[in-house]
Amino acid sequence: MFAYFDAVLLARIQFAFTVSAHIIFPAFTIGLASYLAVLEGLWLWTKDKRYIEVFHYWKTIFAVAFGMGVVSGIVMSYQFGTNWSVFADKTGPILGPLMGYEVLSAFFLEAGFLGVMLFGLNRVGPRLHFFSTLMVAAGTLFSAFWILSVNSWMQTPAGFAVNAAGQFVPDDWWAIVFNPSFPYRLVHMVLAAYLTTALVVGGVGAWHLLRAPRDEGARIMFSMAMWMALIVAPLQVVAGDLHGLNTLEHQPAKVAAMEGHYETQKGAPLILFGLPDDDAAETRYAVEIPNLGSLILTHDWEGEVQGLKAWPRDERPPAEIVFWSFRLMVGLGLAMVGLGLWSAWARLRGVFYQARWLQRAAVLLAPSGFLAVLAGWVTTEVGRQPWTVQGLLRTAESVSPLDAAAVGASLVAFILVYFAVFGAGTFYILRLMAKRPDIGIDEDIGPVRAAGITPAPAIDPDRLIRPAR
Amino acid sequence: MELDLPFIWAGLIAFAVLAYVVLDGFDLGVGILFPLMKSEGDRDLAMNSVAPVWDGNETWLVLGGGGLYAVFPLAYATILPALYAPLIAMLIGLIFRGVSFEFRWRTRRGKFLWDWGFAGGSLLAAFAQGIALGALVQGIEVVDRAYAGGWWDWLTPFTLLTGLALVAGYGLLGATWLVMKTEGALQDRARSLSPVLAVSTLIAIAVVSLVTPFLNPVYLERWFAWPTAVFSLIVPALVLACAWLIYRGLATQRDALPFLASLGLFVLCYTGIGISFYPYMVPPGVTIWQAAAPDASLGFLLAGAAFLIPIILGYTAYAYWVFRGKVDPSEGYH
Repeated sequence: MFAYFDAVLLARIQFAFTVSAHIIFPAFTIGLASYLAVLEGLWLWTKDKRYIEVFHYWKTIFAVAFGMGVVSGIVMSYQFGTNWSVFADKTGPILGPLMGYEVLSAFFLEAGFLGVMLFGLNRVGPRLHFFSTLMVAAGTLFSAFWILSVNSWMQTPAGFAVNAAGQFVPDDWWAIVFNPSFPYRLVHMVLAAYLTTALVVGGVGAWHLLRAPRDEGARIMFSMAMWMALIVAPLQVVAGDLHGLNTLEHQPAKVAAMEGHYETQKGAPLILFGLPDDDAAETRYAVEIPNLGSLILTHDWEGEVQGLKAWPRDERPPAEIVFWSFRLMVGLGLAMVGLGLWSAWARLRGVFYQARWLQRAAVLLAPSGFLAVLAGWVTTEVGRQPWTVQGLLRTAESVSPLDAAAVGASLVAFILVYFAVFGAGTFYILRLMAKRPDIGIDEDIGPVRAAGITPAPAIDPDRLIRPAR
Repeated sequence: MELDLPFIWAGLIAFAVLAYVVLDGFDLGVGILFPLMKSEGDRDLAMNSVAPVWDGNETWLVLGGGGLYAVFPLAYATILPALYAPLIAMLIGLIFRGVSFEFRWRTRRGKFLWDWGFAGGSLLAAFAQGIALGALVQGIEVVDRAYAGGWWDWLTPFTLLTGLALVAGYGLLGATWLVMKTEGALQDRARSLSPVLAVSTLIAIAVVSLVTPFLNPVYLERWFAWPTAVFSLIVPALVLACAWLIYRGLATQRDALPFLASLGLFVLCYTGIGISFYPYMVPPGVTIWQAAAPDASLGFLLAGAAFLIPIILGYTAYAYWVFRGKVDPSEGYH
């Protein structure tokens, strides 16, 4: 019995680890693919070659990140079967076709046109090349559409029946695909991906402006990114709020855990900080604002808000995790809104490219999108526990007939390989980002030619791409 | 044999897996041959010959796996736990070789590391896939909709043999691909490796074919009882014809012929496995119809597949056409 429990925990850790490592890459490449399409479109429209130079800069980084997204994604498509075979058997008739559509409409589209986008500009000409870039961008968005539909169905299942074998079977596909939480989750995640990319691009632009204030490419990056922060970050706050209200309607226990509420009460306070204690079922040292919790959640000063004690212990999500991950996400989101407003103020005063503290802040917030995305996913996934399919299928009943040693060994293997491989990849990406945009990436780093045809490069790229000091 | 949704889907999944095997087969094969290439320039060229298409090739594996989850969830939920170790090994191999396509160009000091990552990852993935295939042919014990065997059941002399067979076969696809796509020293090297790999592959095919019928009475009857025994005459004859075409192509320097004939070899072997398997999805106990999802699931996805797969084949062909002909060494990477 103890060994069985251990295997479940190990399988959960393995899934959490592999999916967290994976989401980092799509969160970046969904936004970056769209950004590349915009840059190439601007180049074709204005004939301004600075845009295509910025395009080439980010295209090289995109290729590295996309490769890591592909290989970590293939692992995900097998996780359901290797470690969660009962879940796979029961949900296959519903979630399988949605993932099938993801493969057919998104993965092939991305992969098919990626080669042309990366290597084919000289072979197919600018117009077909632009088309390829658009197809890659469309593929990343289709992918987000289907996989978020899958995840949302696990949160708010709809349109199904259960057959004699205990499988969930489809009854109404429209209700399945557009299940109650899907539109909110899709908007929230796509905006998150766009913001994540904008903050990275803005951070890189700002980094170079701090060293070379006249760098044209860095100016384009910084300016476009700050417009995105100004417009998209507030939109994201609104989308997040609507998503939260939807969660309150369909998964009230998750919201109770996010808020650190254990008691059901009218006129509930908003707990800013505190230490939730699931064993004692209370939030210690709470710093709270009276009635504000009810106002935000029910839009009524005296509205009733359910606390975790409204559910039996074995149906409560762990507030000790969700409470904190939610606060981290919200805090970062508000910092992004602040950055956008600050940039607008600097623009109005006409000191946008000289505002060194703004640029330092943009550098500091460059990785904040990734942290916010991870914190958000922890909130929604841990908040769904102890279920894999909310209210219907328990996590502990979803696993394969697992042997703890097998799951443990594969977990260790994944951790070692991921840190080595994705660590190296992140290092290479940072080194690419350290290149001045006006100098460009391709000239120095890259491969370039087969030896013997052109003289062997006399310059060691490892030296050239070190950050400028 | 009836033409209903499970049968159509079994055909489509079989097609996806075949497409994966032949397409990723040659780019994995290029990776397997990496250590046998003589210069860094040759390795650059070999990698560039597959760089624009490898990602699309590997997507067929996701369709095979993801498609199984969608249309034969019981097969997905029993085959994957049964093949746990080889599949994890395959995934790790694919990670290393997949990222090497980009990482290799991002460092000069560490380039050799990603040469090894590409070669080792390709070899590991190919070997693990061969083992997985052999283990499936061998049979998987299913009780109450769950895998009922042990964690090492997949490890037998037969599966090690199929693992080696697939390494040799992918190596052959990789070598003949390079004969078709390159010139000069690399092409010469690939041409001299091809016969060795072809003979190894044929020996492996022969041994696996002789052992397989004795693993399962159904296979034995399929191959030695009338009327299906007619396949026992046709398939080996065609295999020999392909072998002869590989030899002729190499001897007369018709550069595309050895690759096409090697593809033919794979299609034939795959057909042979299909003949053994039918009507089972997870031999020896689970048929296509037992493993299938309800018709409502199969029909919903089939509507999309019927529309999208022709389009996918179209733009995949377009991508291959854009990068047609010999790889130009001066064109390099970006």
